[in-house]
This record gives sequence, C-alpha cells and structure tokens, in this order.
Amino acid sequence: MRDYIVKFWQGLFTILIGMKVTFKHLFVPAVTIQYPSVKPQLPERERNRLYVNMDDCIGCDQCSRACPVSCIEIETVKSIPGEVLGTTSNGKKKALWVTKFNIDFAKCCYCQLCVFPCPTECIYMTDVYEFSEFSRESLVYDFVTLLPEEREQKKKNFEELQAKKEAEKIAAAKKAAEEKAAAQANKPEEPKSDNKEENKQ
Amino acid sequence: MALKTEEMVLNMGPQHPSTHGVLRLELQLDGEIIIDVVPHIGYLHRCFEKHCEAMTYPQVIPYTDRMDYLASMYNEFGYAVAMERLLKIEVPERVEYIRVIMGELQRIASHLVALGTYGADIGAFTPFLFCFRDRERILHLFEITCGARLLYNYIWIGGLSHDLHPDFIRLTKEFIKDFRPNLKELNDLLSFNQIFIERTANVGVLPLETAINYGVSGPNLRGSGFKWDLRKDDPYSVYNKFDYDIPIGTGEKGKVGDCWDRYFVRVKEMEESLKIVEQAIDTIPDGDVTSAIPKRIKPPEGQIYTRVENPRGELGYFIISDGSLNPARVKVRAPSFVTMQVFSELCKGWMVADVVAILGSVDIVLGEIDR
Amino acid sequence: MMYDWLFSLTGNEILAMFIVSLLPLFAFILPFALIAVLAERKVSAHMQDRLGPMRVGYHGILQTVADIIKLLQKEDLVATATDKTLFNFAPLLVFMGSYAAFAAIPFSGFFIGSKIDLGIIFIVGVTGLVVAGILMAGWASNNKYSLLGAMRAAAQIISYEIPTLLIILTIVVLTGTLSLYDLSEIQTAYFWNWLIFGGPFFGLQKLLLIPLMILSCLIIYTSTLAEVNRTPFDIPEAESELVSGYHTEYSGMKFAMFFLAEYANMFAVSAIVAILFFGGYQSPFGYLGNSLGWSWLVPVEQFFWFTAKGLFFVFVQMWLRWTLPRFRVDQLMAFCWKYLIPFSFVILLIVGLITLM
Repeated sequence: MRDYIVKFWQGLFTILIGMKVTFKHLFVPAVTIQYPSVKPQLPERERNRLYVNMDDCIGCDQCSRACPVSCIEIETVKSIPGEVLGTTSNGKKKALWVTKFNIDFAKCCYCQLCVFPCPTECIYMTDVYEFSEFSRESLVYDFVTLLPEEREQKKKNFEELQAKKEAEKIAAAKKAAEEKAAAQANKPEEPKSDNKEENKQ
Repeated sequence: MALKTEEMVLNMGPQHPSTHGVLRLELQLDGEIIIDVVPHIGYLHRCFEKHCEAMTYPQVIPYTDRMDYLASMYNEFGYAVAMERLLKIEVPERVEYIRVIMGELQRIASHLVALGTYGADIGAFTPFLFCFRDRERILHLFEITCGARLLYNYIWIGGLSHDLHPDFIRLTKEFIKDFRPNLKELNDLLSFNQIFIERTANVGVLPLETAINYGVSGPNLRGSGFKWDLRKDDPYSVYNKFDYDIPIGTGEKGKVGDCWDRYFVRVKEMEESLKIVEQAIDTIPDGDVTSAIPKRIKPPEGQIYTRVENPRGELGYFIISDGSLNPARVKVRAPSFVTMQVFSELCKGWMVADVVAILGSVDIVLGEIDR
Repeated sequence: MMYDWLFSLTGNEILAMFIVSLLPLFAFILPFALIAVLAERKVSAHMQDRLGPMRVGYHGILQTVADIIKLLQKEDLVATATDKTLFNFAPLLVFMGSYAAFAAIPFSGFFIGSKIDLGIIFIVGVTGLVVAGILMAGWASNNKYSLLGAMRAAAQIISYEIPTLLIILTIVVLTGTLSLYDLSEIQTAYFWNWLIFGGPFFGLQKLLLIPLMILSCLIIYTSTLAEVNRTPFDIPEAESELVSGYHTEYSGMKFAMFFLAEYANMFAVSAIVAILFFGGYQSPFGYLGNSLGWSWLVPVEQFFWFTAKGLFFVFVQMWLRWTLPRFRVDQLMAFCWKYLIPFSFVILLIVGLITLM
C-alpha cells in the first residue's frame, strides 16, 4: 500500500518538474539560424571545396599521390628548351606544362591530405559548400588554364622534340656504327680480305 | 479445446526510425512475447579492411573516421596509438594532452546522441533537441580546430594535423560552464521521470556473467556493475595523469544491469569526461604538434594489437605490417559488433515494445558493426 | 438565446436553426483547428529552443492553410483489398463523433447549440462513436498493423471512459444537474464559486471539497487526455515501434479529417474540464458590461472567457505532449484500472457523504 502511494506521488512530482523545465524553455531565445537568408560564419580552417591556383602549380603530383580516394588526375608534359614557363610565387622555376588537372568532387572526401604535401601551397580548401550540380559529370572540375589547342600544342611540341631527339639519336647511333664499321673494315683488311674476296666471288 | 498458437515472424526492416542505422531485426514472436531475435547486418559494409591494404598508412585515417561516425576522434586515436606503438615513436606531451581533450569531448558528443535518440525512441522528443543543441557546441569546437564537424582527419600518426585554434581554450571553458546546468536539466526532464523509469527499469537485464562471457565492454558492462575501463585498467596516452571516477550501474531504480542503469552510466560518464577536459585544459603544456610526424611511414615487419576505450566499449586495432608502405592487414574489433551478439539474449521474454527500449540502451552504431 | 435572436432577425425558423447549428462548426471549430495545428508546432518549437515554421506568411502563420491545400490536392489512395464502405465511412464517423459534441457545449450565456437536460451524458455518448470509427478504420485497412493499432486504441478509449464518467457522476451528485448550461450558471459570481474551489457552498462543506475537487480535476484531465490519444497515451498514433496506427492507409482529405477531428476533440475535452471545474464561461472578476451598463457586452465577454479557458487547457495538453515520454500499452491499462478507477470511486463515495451533510 505504501509503495502504491509513493509511486503515485513520485509520478506526479517528476512530471511537474519536467513541465517546469519545458516551460522555462519557452522563454529561451531560439538557437536556430534562418538559413539560407542568414548564412553562418564559417571558421578559417573550414574544409570545403578545393581550389587550385594553377600559376603556382609545378606539376609535382604530390597531391594526387596523397589522395586516399584518387580523385585528382594530373598529366604533365615536359617543356621544350627555350620555353619560359615562369616562376611560382615562392620563387621556384616551373619546368613542366600541366595539361590535365581534374578533381572529381563527387569522389573527394574533403580530408585535406592533398593540401599538406604541396610545395607551393597552390591547392587549398575554400569555404564554398553550396556547389551542387544536376549531373555527376559536371562535378569534375578542370583547373588547367591553358586552352585545349594550347594543350595539344604543348603535347605536340614535346612529341616533336622527342621525335627529333630520337632521330638525332638514331642518326648519331648510325653514324657511330658506320664509323665503327669503317674502322673495323679498315683494320683487318689484309688477313681477312682474301677470304672475303673469295667468299664474295 | 486447446487453442492452436503458432509463432509469428515480424520483420523490423532495415529502414526503421528506431533502429540506429540500417539494421534488420527478425523477431520471432509468440503473441507479444519475443522468443528470439535474429539481427541481420551488413547493409552498411563498405570494405574498410580491404581498402586499407591499398592505402598508405596516413591515408587510412580518413577511412577509420568513417567507421564509427559518431565518435570519429576515437577511431583515429586508436589507430594512431597502434601505429605509434608499432613504429616506436614518442609523441610530444602537448599532442597527448590535446588528443585526450578531443577524445573526451568526442565521448560527450557521442553520449549526447545516444541519450537524445534513446529519449526520442521512448517518446520524449524534447530531450533529443536539447542534447543536439549541446552537441552543436562541441562540433563547433572541432570545426574551428580542424575544419570539419563530423569526420575529422585530425589525429595523425605521430601528432596532429593542426595545433589548437587560439580561441579553443576560451570556448571550451565557456562550454564546460554552460554544460553542467544543461546536464542537470536533462536529468530533470528525462532520467528521473517516472514514466521513463517505468519504461526502462527492470527491462532487458544483462547479468554480469553473460556480459563477461560474451566480451561486452564499455558502458554496457559497467551498467551491469563491473568496474572495467581501459583508461584506468590498460592506460594509454596520458589518462593516468587525471583524476576521474568510473561510474557503474547500481540497480538504483530496478535490477542491476537493466536499461536504466546503462542509460544512467552514460549520463554519469559525461560528467566524468567533463572533469577530465577541465583538468587537461588547465594543465596543457606547450610544444610543437607536428614535430614527430615521420615523413614516410614504413614500419618494420611485425604485428600489433592495441585497444582503446571507445564511447561504446573496447575498440581494438590489429595491424600486420610487411615492411612496405601499405599495411598488409588492418583488422578492427568493434564493440558494437560484440554487443549485437548479446542482443538476442537481452530481448528474450520481453514484449515487442521493449525491443526498442533495449536497442536504444545498448547504443550501437551500424558503421562500426559493418565497417 | 441565440436561436430566438436569430428568429427575430430573420423571421424564418429553418434559416435560424441552420445558422445556429453551423455556427460553432464554421465560425469556431475550423478556425480553431487551423490555429491549433500551427500553435502546436510553434509551441513545441519554442519549448525546444528552435523556431518552428517561419516561411509561409509572417513567422509561419499561413502554414496550416498551406498544409490543408496540400492535403486537399493529394491523391485519394484506396487499396484494392480493403472493405470500401467501411474504409470510406470511418473518417466520417470519427469526424462526426468529435464535432457533434459541440452541440451541447455552452459557448456563452447567450449561445448554446442545443439546450438539452442531458448535456454531459450526450457528449460522452457521442464521443463514444469515435471508438466505432477507429475500429472500422483499423479493420477496413486490411493491414495487420493497423488492426493492432486500432484495437489498442479502442481498448484505451473504452477503459479511460470509466474514470471520466465517475468524475462526472461526482459533479452531478454535488450539483444535481446534468445540463452543462445549468452547471455554468451555478458557478456564477467570482472565482471562489468555481467548483474547483469547492463550489457555491458554504462553510465546512466547501473546505472539505477543495482537495477532492483538485484531485478529481487531475483525474478527469488525465483520462480525457487518454481519450483523445495524446502523449503520454499516444500509442495508437505515434510511430509506435512498428506501426503507424489506424490511420496508416489514409491519404489526402480523409487523413485531414482524422487530423482535424483530433484537434476538435482536444478542444471539446478541454472545454468540458473548464465547464465542470473552472466556471465555464463565467468571468472570475465580474463583467465589464454589467458595470458599464452595456448588457450586450456580457455575452461577448463570456465567450472570451470560455475561449481563454479552453485554450489554456489545450496549451497544457500540448505542454504535456512535449515533456513526457510514452507509456507502454500494458502500463497504460494498469494506470487506468489500478490507479485512476480506485481513486475515482473513493472520491465519489466521499463526495456523496459530504453532500449528505
């Protein structure tokens, strides 16, 4: 019997305490922000969409190797001698043309592992978070500033340079082989020539 | 004439507001009483352990975040401790202190989710929002430090990715000051409410023998009355420098080891974590947090098993290294996985309405179970 | 009364009767239901430190209008395997059960829908139709879980009618009348004559009655809360563990009818508690109209006081909903049969003895 009354009284009392808490909260100002008319102020280290400053990129591929989900694709082309690519903002001289620098933001996990290895700090995270698209392909961002013709041109230049070098190398090798053959032909002329002439004939 | 009764199979499907994640529970019922519960898992399997074999050691850290997404700092913490023991690196003291602070704040945030969603399952919607309001402040603290709210990539092998933000200590002290009265409010509103006690006391009792036999750890084990906490019994990092208590379930409102005990152990743990954060914030030493991070991580051949105290229990990492840049095997011992095994024992003999109460009190996260 | 005034205005019996019967529905209940839905959302939001609807209209005032338009234009899904007659008729029955109760509730000294002698019994009887409606809805949905939810709801409502009736009997024993109009008239002239403060009696009787009246007010408030399926008794309609209750299969306007009927029911039971214990439409301080000499102002004031009291109790219902967790179904029944009914019996006996004094 005593339990009965105690339980009843307990029930009533705790309900009233709970009601007091809720009533007090009626007068506490709301903590809601009216997004999208009011946007929250994001902290400075915020990790949202990446940005690459191509003027500073030296094409070292460190960010692509650091990425755990392989969302960065980089292709570079060596420059031909005599071309001036410029220097980065911290004084490094660029030696490679970057012809492809795609980041697929559908794959990016916003982990920031690509930001740390960059020697020129050209890839960094901005605070842009409203960049949804209607198709998955438009989430692949292409950061290279060269026009497509220019990229083709650079690739062609490099290939031509390579071809020329190859040609030169072959020519040089042929010349060396000829000289060597000539030297060889000149030296053991007497002892072997009889055999050779006989064989030839 | 005897009535013919047959067992009914009821499916609490993968999409359900009360199962915390994509969990399928197959309930075998006799009327309203449960005879057996068969959990079906695997809906969230993302091949974490296989992925790790293709990643380098630092690249594994964003993946460990995503296992138990409600307590990401602790997953990273466990992995970092395991790797540092494998590589035999000594990290600076400042790094250890910051890791402890982040870990304990993460513990509070994780328990807030557990308690809030438990209240919402039982029917009290208001504590859910109060808990999340407090959790927002903790997530803001994390956001100013490393830039992300939920999946941090902050605790690296050998150190941290960033040092503390200049405002961090001030904001944390404000948070501690504001959180204590909020905890008291939560107790008034939910913990000691007679209706809540009726729903959870004496329900789903986990006897101590069963818990130890199954390997349950964390607040579920402590709710059954056994004082076992890896921070005190197998210390790692600088936990042995702080003064805190390990709360256990005492059967205050019913039997020892019922749902209310497990719930209240979590409430008391939040208070203890607050104490640890307070002490750590006051005594944090100076130093450089990135000085001990190795340039290339290539551990010697060998294997190691390390365990840390997740908000849900004992989180273990077993790493086998074959001397190359990628781990040969990373195996994770998730505490929620073990708890799912004891779940069917807990539910036998109770009514269908109690399944939700019991599931909420053991606090599982499907990301951990399925990896 | 209202009917006589309208008759003198229009000269036509049928027109006057028409207006009298439709007036509570259109002029009061429908606007009230619209406002109550919005108020619930706003009150719950502010209790939870957030803002609630803010976009539709100024601070979300037109939100319910938008919701009603949305529900009206939704497709009316009727599954093939359901019992069509029962399925279509169930929301009507629930709606009728809730709205018909307003016929016997006096909104002011001037206006009462129908001045019958059996006021309160009529109301309890008519709200019993809701049980039939719920069972029909659960059965006709041809859904295992709807049926389960409907049976639980029916059991709940029927059990909780007993303490309600016992407390009503207590009041009847005390005041000797069943008509709500007469009950309001008895509690006239300042708030210490309200039944919760002992009623218009004198001396020892009044003092003895006060604690009993307070307890019985609590009991009837709780049991009527269970009758309208509000938390903590909302097993039938919450996303209770498995099911969504007896109105799972309904969409569009039929669902809107269940919805609006619930809010009308809330106001009806708040009004009953207000009339039984808190003086109905009587003002606690006396009438401005009387002191100023404008006798036409008195009914307006009475209407204002009635609405204020009703709204206050509706607010308390909402307050309770957002504070308390839910009962389990067996605890709910235990609460009714083991706690409320014994207490109501004891109160009835003691009040009976007191009236003999």
